[in-house]
Amino acid sequence: MQNRIDNLFKQKNKNILSIFLTAGYPKHDDTLAIIKQLDACKVDLIEIGIPYSDPLADGPIIQQSSQVALENGVTLKNIFEQLKNLRSVTQMPVLLMGYINTVLQFGIETFYQKCNEVGIDGLILPDLPLEEYNSVHKVYAQKYNIHVVFLISPNTSAQRIKVIDEQSKGFIYLVSSNSTTGSGKELPTTLVQKVEDIKNLHLKNPLLMGFGIKGKPEFDAACKLVNGAIIGSSFITLVGHSTNFEKDISQFISTIKN
Amino acid sequence: MTATKNQFNVNEFGYYGQFGGAYIPEILFNNVEELKNNYLTIMNSQSFKTEFDDLLKNYVGRPTPLYLAKNLSKQFNTTIYLKREDLNHTGAHKINNAIGQILLANRLGKKRIIAETGAGQHGVATATVCALMGLECIVYMGQADIERQAPNVARMKMLGAKVVSVTSGTKTLKDATNEAIRDWINHAEDTHYIIGSVVGPHPYPDMVARFQSVISAEIKTQLLSCVGKQNPDYVIACVGGGSNAAGAFYHFLNDLEVQLIGVEASGKGIHSGHTAATLTVGTPGIIHGSKTYLMQTNDGQITEPYSISAGLDYPGVGPVHAYLFETKRANYLSVTDDEAMHAVINLTQKEGIIPALESAHALAALSQINFKPSDTVVLNLSGRGDKDLTTYINYLDTHTHAK
Repeated sequence: MQNRIDNLFKQKNKNILSIFLTAGYPKHDDTLAIIKQLDACKVDLIEIGIPYSDPLADGPIIQQSSQVALENGVTLKNIFEQLKNLRSVTQMPVLLMGYINTVLQFGIETFYQKCNEVGIDGLILPDLPLEEYNSVHKVYAQKYNIHVVFLISPNTSAQRIKVIDEQSKGFIYLVSSNSTTGSGKELPTTLVQKVEDIKNLHLKNPLLMGFGIKGKPEFDAACKLVNGAIIGSSFITLVGHSTNFEKDISQFISTIKN
Repeated sequence: MTATKNQFNVNEFGYYGQFGGAYIPEILFNNVEELKNNYLTIMNSQSFKTEFDDLLKNYVGRPTPLYLAKNLSKQFNTTIYLKREDLNHTGAHKINNAIGQILLANRLGKKRIIAETGAGQHGVATATVCALMGLECIVYMGQADIERQAPNVARMKMLGAKVVSVTSGTKTLKDATNEAIRDWINHAEDTHYIIGSVVGPHPYPDMVARFQSVISAEIKTQLLSCVGKQNPDYVIACVGGGSNAAGAFYHFLNDLEVQLIGVEASGKGIHSGHTAATLTVGTPGIIHGSKTYLMQTNDGQITEPYSISAGLDYPGVGPVHAYLFETKRANYLSVTDDEAMHAVINLTQKEGIIPALESAHALAALSQINFKPSDTVVLNLSGRGDKDLTTYINYLDTHTHAK
């Protein structure tokens, strides 16, 4: 079975730009409009956050956007409703990112089935343990051709990374947490060394770096080390303030790409 | 499912039946794995036991008395003993766990301690043991709780802790826990997170229950010398996250003749929409890294709990309680704000003991149970009421039934 994430990395394995947006933010029906504009700007990957009341692995900006989206009345059910026309808008790989309780209440198999129906290619569920993925989720992920992407940090042990690489499909999300990410052009040398060590494990999956990638300097620094990076909070801030998605998103993306 | 013997402890995968587990971001995997692999070895080592027992005895003041409350017994026409956890150093059972975890953190080489707190009792206990051990201490506390538990905030600061006001969500215990977990994610290497209740990812629920199990171990010994038998007919305790109840139940779990009663806070009433009675209104899901009952919408969003008592104002419950509830090994009752306030006044005037608002919920449940005159009842008085004085004074000012 073909998956758009695999196809992307077959064509391109450097400078992958992934953008994170929160479904139903800033307005309930903005989701598809933002995706459409990201498609026009030719980013490589899109991650759609499912708003959650208690997003443990997210920073304050994404947390706040989740809160607003929930106040806008967004539910997982109407996210799938909004994404019904996803594939008439873009052929880019699209992942959903959310927390396990939301999936559990929706129904695990129904969730994977719905993802497949609307054309979702992958999932990032930060609080889904690898062991639970194997025992419960994997069968549905395979049945509905959804790649489940796992997170690692620079402090994850080599042994654990190898296990995760073995189980992962699509790519691995390398979290450079707040304490280790620099704000300047250069990444801290300790982080660089740890990432080099991870690369020396010769993983089968590409690596994308996320958390703390705010703009072009951080994006470029991350791309020197790994296959690409994910921009979340600063994109959320942009759309939160935007009165003209077309103009603002184009400008934001071109600043990063050029 | 029905209860049979020896099935109430956590299994090797960290589950109580279907509840428990460790639903945590991968960044915390190392920390949780380190704890999981070491906590039993450390807790069972002789040096740990010696230090733990010594501190409980000489620093905390254990064993706490098992007090025969004659006036209360007369009122309910049965025999009621109060397990006086309110007499512990720092004023509640929370110190038992804080001592245990700080000794564990020392042995794991952690230099920085974080904690969440609702009523402030766990925050004070953690700040206390950090002062004792000379470790940096950061306590996350909801802004709403900081306002209603001012004396405990002052105590934590005096003890040298940094109290971080949490302004996300409802600004109470749930959000303080979220922020503590976020802090841990960002400082995974040097930090130990002292969780204050039997919640969170495995091994926390089991570890905290073991540290609190001193309560039921003492009850057994004390009851034997008071009434000539180790087991009472009832053990009653309040349940927010459920650590004092877990400790009071622990050594009775396999003694099926002992009725275990947990008491949740129903706030303004079970169906009022302002409640914290998780086992009554909640459904299974995942909160703070653990599969358990929680209060949530059909869409899986965690809803806002409410209770007058900051320590019970939590939308989840420890997985062990979810399991004891499901297997019917324990019964869970609920008590409103008003009923708890009446119980505060009743105990104060009948026995000369001002209980914490949390513990008052257990006291208020006494009138919901049909005791036999021959029954022996042990009620875990988890904390003292000093921290709640402002709430009590305000209540007495606006209500006339003080006498």
